[in-house]
Amino acid sequence: MKKIRKSRYKIRFPSRTENLEVVRDFVHRLALKAGFKSEGADQISLAVDEACTNVIKHAHQYNARRMIDLNVIYDDKKFEIIITDKGKGFDPKLLEKPDLSKYMHEAKMGGLGIHLMKTLMDEVNYSFNPGSKNQVSLVKYIHGTA
Amino acid sequence: MSGFDVSRNDVDQISVLYLSGFLDAHTTPKFEHALQTLIKEDRVKVIVNLKDLDYISSAGLGVFMGFIEEIREKGGDIKLSNLSPKVFKVFDLLGFPALYQIFDAEDEAKTKFNETK
Repeated sequence: MKKIRKSRYKIRFPSRTENLEVVRDFVHRLALKAGFKSEGADQISLAVDEACTNVIKHAHQYNARRMIDLNVIYDDKKFEIIITDKGKGFDPKLLEKPDLSKYMHEAKMGGLGIHLMKTLMDEVNYSFNPGSKNQVSLVKYIHGTA
Repeated sequence: MSGFDVSRNDVDQISVLYLSGFLDAHTTPKFEHALQTLIKEDRVKVIVNLKDLDYISSAGLGVFMGFIEEIREKGGDIKLSNLSPKVFKVFDLLGFPALYQIFDAEDEAKTKFNETK
């Protein structure tokens, strides 16, 4: 059986919103390299922005001394990004689809990003272990995508 | 081009905000400030022209959500215009076209405001 070669990349960056732009560019470039067209790469980098924004806001509560690890692993079929933090973790109830009218009324928008991630990616999986290791894995399959 | 900017143009009762660059969790405070200033000045007929906006995340969409109710209560509205297909797609994914009037051109948004004077 032919062994599938995986490409692996890793960055670690301080938990600051000003780093989102660099992270998006990094992931966008790798998605293009993996074979996505620009629309697919746009979707992946937006989903990664949303996941990192959630970590910065909720898990790290804007504590810029915290670090975020981002791993990208891909082969010719599957593109996966794993984002790891050691913060608080966040409430899985946010995973429900947000009711926009309710959000408008309460001026609350935290759940929009999670809904976007689930729409943009093929798989979104969380594992929480607050204080030691929280991870979100985002997967998009390469064949037949934009 | 990197970064984000907001500029403003007032014509009669209508204020147009022009956004350019990237609207993400880092740059939203600038946009929030521009909207807060308009509310303080009681200028609540707002068009946000997104012609030069290259990118928006849910943090940016959240700003629209955060101000719309107050602006509508004061008798105004936020209307959007000139969205690129890429930016429109993000608004569309979150169901914004049902809550906001979105126009191809700024003039169409102005006409709509003037109709409802």
